[in-house]
Amino acid sequence: MTLKVRTEHLSAWYGAKRGIEDISLDFEEHAVTAIIGPSGCGKSTLIRCMNRLHEVIPKARSEGKVLLDGEDIYALSAVSVRRRIGMVFQKANPFPTMSVYDNVSAGLRLNGVRDRKRLDETVLRSLKHAALWDEVRDSLDAPGVSLSGGQQQRLCIARALAVEPEVLLMDEPCSALDPIATAKIEDLIFDLKKEYTVVVVTHNMQQAARVADYTAFLYLGKLIEVNRTRELFERPAQDLTEKYITGRFG
Amino acid sequence: MLPVRFLRSLSGRLRAAPLGDTLFQGLCALVAIGVVALLGVITLVLALAAAPAMRAFGFGFLGGTVWNPIAPEEYGAAPFIDGTLVTSALALLLGVPVSIGIAIFLSELAPSWLRIPLTYIVELLAAVPSVVYGLWGLFVLAPVMRDSIEPAIRGALGWLPIFQGTPIGTDKFAAGVILAIMIIPTVSAVSREALLAVPGNQREAALSLGATRWETTRLAVLRYARAGIFGAIVLGLGRAVGETMAVTMMIGNKNSISVSLFDQGQTIASLIANSFAEAGPSSLQLAALIELGLVLMLISLAINVFARLMVGRVLRLGEGAA
Amino acid sequence: MKLPKFPNPFRGLPLRFDREGRRLWKDFGMSIAAFVCVVIALVPLGSILIEAAVRGLQAIGPSFFLLDTAYGGIGNAIQGTLILVAFASAISLPVGILTGIYLSEFGKNRFGDAIRFFVDVMTQIPSIVVGIFVYSLILLLSVSGIVSVRLVFSAIAGTIALATIMIPFVARTAEEALRLVSVSTREAALALGIPRHRMILRVVLPTGASGLVTGALLGVARVGGETAPLLMTAYGSGFGFSGLDQPVESLPHTIYTFALSPYTGQNQAAWGASLVLVLMMLMISVFSRLLLRSRYPLGGAGR
Repeated sequence: MTLKVRTEHLSAWYGAKRGIEDISLDFEEHAVTAIIGPSGCGKSTLIRCMNRLHEVIPKARSEGKVLLDGEDIYALSAVSVRRRIGMVFQKANPFPTMSVYDNVSAGLRLNGVRDRKRLDETVLRSLKHAALWDEVRDSLDAPGVSLSGGQQQRLCIARALAVEPEVLLMDEPCSALDPIATAKIEDLIFDLKKEYTVVVVTHNMQQAARVADYTAFLYLGKLIEVNRTRELFERPAQDLTEKYITGRFG
Repeated sequence: MLPVRFLRSLSGRLRAAPLGDTLFQGLCALVAIGVVALLGVITLVLALAAAPAMRAFGFGFLGGTVWNPIAPEEYGAAPFIDGTLVTSALALLLGVPVSIGIAIFLSELAPSWLRIPLTYIVELLAAVPSVVYGLWGLFVLAPVMRDSIEPAIRGALGWLPIFQGTPIGTDKFAAGVILAIMIIPTVSAVSREALLAVPGNQREAALSLGATRWETTRLAVLRYARAGIFGAIVLGLGRAVGETMAVTMMIGNKNSISVSLFDQGQTIASLIANSFAEAGPSSLQLAALIELGLVLMLISLAINVFARLMVGRVLRLGEGAA
Repeated sequence: MKLPKFPNPFRGLPLRFDREGRRLWKDFGMSIAAFVCVVIALVPLGSILIEAAVRGLQAIGPSFFLLDTAYGGIGNAIQGTLILVAFASAISLPVGILTGIYLSEFGKNRFGDAIRFFVDVMTQIPSIVVGIFVYSLILLLSVSGIVSVRLVFSAIAGTIALATIMIPFVARTAEEALRLVSVSTREAALALGIPRHRMILRVVLPTGASGLVTGALLGVARVGGETAPLLMTAYGSGFGFSGLDQPVESLPHTIYTFALSPYTGQNQAAWGASLVLVLMMLMISVFSRLLLRSRYPLGGAGR
């Protein structure tokens, strides 16, 4: 089992308020790891530390290490880390002034790539990877925001994939979508793990059970338990985990 | 403990920031600081240019009642401070009630289809340049003042010293009236926002006690929005104090203090507008005018800082020209 | 469109004059009073527009726009205003927008608050004081021999004055426009591994563009109508633009001088000039409103 990303004693604060405490978590390569837990348990904080988006917030602070292929990401430049670890957000956020094509190619274009052929190829590949190509192939110039909610989210996934990351972080990607769109994205996640390492934050346990190889349970900023998904759900080791899974809180 | 953590986070941030980001942020910061520095430059330049007058008259300048450019030169600011205060006070007296009435109408009483177009139209008052107000004042308002309104006031209240004298239509009273009109957009817009900021449950509480709409407005809304409305008034005052062109054209341009509102007068701004171009480049008169300008700036700044403390971030930027 | 029914405070019930009746009458009276206030405000506005239209149209003809003010036209005045505003914008738009970028992207701390405070203070400086400032500045510089004293009455002086008024105004409207761009858009850009300065320049700025343009237009409208600062800087001239170091006429200044002139022909020309100026202001105001409404919604809502 190869570990793509590891966190070591990771803690993070927003000003004086602590978001996560002493989390050491391993993420296996080419696998889907789900992070579950009640609202406010630190799931989003955790993954935002993993692509160094946490530090953008004023007065935010973190301690501990995040290792990508063994390298501490805080020793690298934030920009290069974010190219290797991509993120998809809870509410789809395509760039409002750009077309579908421009949205997908944004990562490349904004880093200076101008070669039209290369951009075309990337857009094609990414949209196919995101299972959106067939739906937008004739309307690449339409505004990104003119797509439906589920399509917009897949557009954001395509945009994230276009810069060829190694890891894809997904922060509750389906929470704003209807069941059909959700199903499409869950199928996508299942496919994505062949080429990428995927981390999915979700408040939906059934979703975790459906798509994730591993599941980690967070509560009040601490890591309570992590295991193969089936083990976690069928034979939770911690009392707290069992309570959450059986719906006694959260 | 704390400094170590701070230094560590700072060094982490610095190490991680690409050169382009640092340069860009530096550029923006430099420009922003430069803009603020401009304020200091303005104050400094005005103070330097006014220095000859400040040396000659000291603080007595503020109380001096004579403005005489012909030898023996003597310059005092009192008539113009008085003119500014009188016209501004009159503007507030006449303009604020109307503005609050408009604000109440637009926020509480107007049917919803009327609200946005009417708000926009009132805002249009602010888009008319000051000099156009002055033109209108000279040829439309002044005759009405002279022939109808001022004689009527003199007829009714002529025993009061402030309403003595023969009205000719361009006097302190007329200047006050036109200033009142000009501050209406500012005061009503800020008041309206203050009223809209009152939470709905305040109104509901009053209504559920059986209050009429006016009583609700008076008890619940106006009281709650007091600070905002007060700030709106002060902002209007700041605007009135700095108004130049319309006042210059309506006030009659006489450099002395008098009691009656129907007499001609002069504000700081109108004096400067009138006399500046004629004053010789290195004359004492010029220095005195510049000192007056400095006084005006300080008055206006003080008023506006005070208003900001009351209103917070509800500031209107779409003001017309002076 | 149905007209609103005349409000009856007693709603169909018989009129009363007892205590409760008096409350209802008072409520009715206050509503009327508030409405009257609105009418009071609209009367001068209507009068200005009507008088400008009626009196102004009499003065307007093709020669009105072609002749210079020395001959009773306003051609040089329009030209002067356009030149002054164009040059002032060329200076103040970049400076103002960069300041606005600083305040919205880097200014969410105490230092930024201080800068914001002073920029706000600057928006409230009376414009005539700005005029005196520029005059004094050039005077002081000429005394030290750096520039010629002639420059006190020049297009450059006028440009500097207008730019000084415009910069803080544009800075604040730019900041507000950029603040409207959602945090989500910025995060999306950062998450793609784009450096911050490029995120601001290539994503935030285009997204907030319509607000920036509106702010710029409002700034232009604001200084286009200014007279007071130009009295002692651009000064005025009977003829067309003759160089940046020469005095130049402007539309508001023309209105002022023609209004005070003893000749009724010129008084009438003042009305014509006012009509032109007010129409220009209205066009800018309407245009900027349309612009605000036609762009993409900034939050990126779906279909």
